[in-house]
Amino acid sequence: MSPLLFRSMLLVFAASVVGSFGAVFLKKGAARLDGTLLSFANSRLVLGVALFLGSSVFYTLGIRGGELSVLYPMVSLGYIWTLLWGRLFFHETFTRQKFLGLGLVLLGVIFVGLGGS
Amino acid sequence: MPTRNPTPNSIVKSLLSWLRLSSYPVSTMEKADAKKASRLKAMGLVFSCTIFGAAAQLLMKIGMTHFQPHPIAVLTNLPLMAGYALYGLNTLLLVLALRDGELSTLYPIIALTYVWVTLLSYTLLGERPNSFKNIGITAIVIGVAVLGRGERK
Repeated sequence: MSPLLFRSMLLVFAASVVGSFGAVFLKKGAARLDGTLLSFANSRLVLGVALFLGSSVFYTLGIRGGELSVLYPMVSLGYIWTLLWGRLFFHETFTRQKFLGLGLVLLGVIFVGLGGS
Repeated sequence: MPTRNPTPNSIVKSLLSWLRLSSYPVSTMEKADAKKASRLKAMGLVFSCTIFGAAAQLLMKIGMTHFQPHPIAVLTNLPLMAGYALYGLNTLLLVLALRDGELSTLYPIIALTYVWVTLLSYTLLGERPNSFKNIGITAIVIGVAVLGRGERK
């Protein structure tokens, strides 16, 4: 694996972590929406959007140095973090199906990474 | 005296209620039909999101091939900006569709984005297909679908 590809993968990895925190704050913010415009301007929603924007900066810098067919699938790592944060921050339960899905996603990302040149 | 002119708030409210796919009128006969229709509507909406989402990825990648670390250069990078705009709009639409749809049916559809991006990378970007990538994508798509089933209430 070339250093450039490794750097790109690290950037996309970072993007997936930052983006998953964005989802946490979007969910917290969405709970405060009441259909009025002003309710969109709550601090959690704004932070969630900011984290998503930050995540896309990491992501776009990442996809510069490698194949899209290798780097885009790495975004699915976000599902894994989201599952962890769901348990941690929203007390969502782990089920056998979630574990199975998580394992398949992880396995898939490893395979796609091995297919990168 | 109440006015019938649309205010920003009323526009947001009607947009939200249009996207809140399950809140339709309620005679028992119509209920089942409306539920089915709103489910189909959600599936159609999410399906088109996967195509727009893949297009956004491609535009961003194309934009980044002639990236220059300068604010003006970034802002005038048409494919990159178009990709961002499409991505943002798409995300908003997806979040709203997901709010009320059945996650177990919508997640497998969302996972199609991985298939489109891979196929477009092979055909339009000239990236080389290999079995590692193909097996990996298959595992991810199945994995995301299984995750969606795990969310069933």
